[in-house]
Amino acid sequence: MQPAIAVRQLTKTYTEGSNGTLALSGVDLDVHSGELLMLMGPSGSGKTTLLSIMGCILTATSGSVRVADREVSSLREKDLPAIRLEHIGFVFQGFNLFPTLTAGENVELMLDLKGTPSAKAKKRAHELLDQIGLADKYDAFPSDLSGGQKQRVAIARALAGDPGIILADEPTAALDSHTGRNVMQQMTELAHQRGRAVVIVTHDSRVLDFADRIVKIEDGAIAAPNVAATLDMPSLPMRGLALHMPETGLSLA
Amino acid sequence: MPPLAQRNLFHDKVRLTVTLTGIVFAVVLIVVELGLFFGFTVTTSNLIDHAGADLWVTSPKVPYVEMGVPFSERKLNQIRAVPGVGDAEKLVAQWTQWKLHDGSQESIQIVGANPDSPLGRPWNLVEGRAEDLKDPDAVILDEIYKKKLGVTHVGEVFEVRGHRARVVGFTRGIRSFTTSPYVFSTFKHGQDFTSMREDQTTYILVKAAPGADLKQVRRGILAQVRNVDVYTTAEFSHMTRFYWMFTTGAGVAVLIAAVLGLVVGFVVVAQTIYATTMDHIREFGTLKAIGAPNSYVYKVIMKQAGISAVIGYALGMIVSFFVVQASQKGGAAILMPMPMAVGMFFLTLAMCVGAALVSINKVTRIDPAMVFKG
Repeated sequence: MQPAIAVRQLTKTYTEGSNGTLALSGVDLDVHSGELLMLMGPSGSGKTTLLSIMGCILTATSGSVRVADREVSSLREKDLPAIRLEHIGFVFQGFNLFPTLTAGENVELMLDLKGTPSAKAKKRAHELLDQIGLADKYDAFPSDLSGGQKQRVAIARALAGDPGIILADEPTAALDSHTGRNVMQQMTELAHQRGRAVVIVTHDSRVLDFADRIVKIEDGAIAAPNVAATLDMPSLPMRGLALHMPETGLSLA
Repeated sequence: MPPLAQRNLFHDKVRLTVTLTGIVFAVVLIVVELGLFFGFTVTTSNLIDHAGADLWVTSPKVPYVEMGVPFSERKLNQIRAVPGVGDAEKLVAQWTQWKLHDGSQESIQIVGANPDSPLGRPWNLVEGRAEDLKDPDAVILDEIYKKKLGVTHVGEVFEVRGHRARVVGFTRGIRSFTTSPYVFSTFKHGQDFTSMREDQTTYILVKAAPGADLKQVRRGILAQVRNVDVYTTAEFSHMTRFYWMFTTGAGVAVLIAAVLGLVVGFVVVAQTIYATTMDHIREFGTLKAIGAPNSYVYKVIMKQAGISAVIGYALGMIVSFFVVQASQKGGAAILMPMPMAVGMFFLTLAMCVGAALVSINKVTRIDPAMVFKG
């Protein structure tokens, strides 16, 4: 089976004036449908850059990026929004909901972008909010929602476009431990029960046990393609395991 | 489409107030400056445009209406004999002095014509009738000059260059571009009130016969009457406007003010719309990140600008209406003719859309990766 995302020999250099900063170098990575993959690493290691390139938000300096079996690294910048819209759902650390729209309208917006007729979009938005347990919050503005509720609305919005890939940047960073785990529960469900390829960038050691695979990035390169395998973990998913890895700074509770 | 543009505008009432205040300010500023320009322009040629004549016969080389040089009134009969002339009347338009009750004097312009003819009569009367000018010593003046000339009511008697002048009526909105108000009288009284000889006139107003070719009538007058110039009303009006507006520099100053009003208005609107867009820059970044094409983002920004323009225009015109009304009682007329009011709508829309284009330029360059920055 083709991976949902396939990255080969990916390099990204940020240039500012005559200076260039190498953010990623020779990265190879496959993400499969039905898999929840976590990208970990210290700040500045390149994990968000990798997520942005896999999400067709940034373009690579060199290398190959295939999304849903389509080479995207050679596409022009103006063609990338269509790929994002078609195949990728985003969940952000800061939720990035539109504060002037209600929860329902936030979800509807995504459907509108995909050309769904208004009445159908409204119905679908209701269904999606219902699925994440927020059916009664359709008319609530983001300012009236808790952090966890906002993130669930963001997940509903990401799902509205029915993408095969969900990319999440620190989705639990702004949430308390209980809410964070609830959100992760839903992300896991997206991968395992709905067959989405889910990639999560996180620093949050409290949620590592939800990962099917943990990829560690350091200095723009993959330091460990499967942290669990490196540490001779029996199998993944690792839910329920308690783990401490002093050499990597990771700990699983 | 979820109402993102409307919500962005109306969600933050303070921002909305600031945005609309900026647009209203720009609209009022432009209306006032352009209205002053139009007002000045119209005022300079008021007398010519309302005299009811098709042609103005003047002494040679008269540059504008206030500079009329007296010539023999006997030319009137020659002109009446020209084929195609339907009616012709003498008009005296001369500067003179109005003596107030306290003994002080004010400069005025006497406009005297035959009260039995429609040519050269006062218009827009709010008190009295044009026919009342036939009364002994009768004069009619505009109500805005009552205070300046010390007039309080009809029937008051004043002195004009040693002659009795009795106020028999008031007009409304007949301003003079100079500081000297127009005072209407009969032609005979006009001669008395000024230093003109009895056999002289300042102008002869000509009304062409129905169906007559105006160009031919003019050629006929020029062929049969010596030492005169003949202008159509439009020509003489244009000459007078041009003189006051550009030769004296007065109009240039008003025109520059009008252009500055446009520029300042546009800058205010641009800054306002730009700030409104920038307030939501993160949301536009999110829109782009989740896959919205640029056209979708532009639509939202343009819609915001369009709604702002419509509301700002409506409020601005309400304020402008009161400013225009207030100006009618003042010394300087601010005019807002219907084409200008309609034009202002499109100008406001253009300003807002233009300002939005500046914002769009910024939004186009948003790095969608900004959404990953906290």
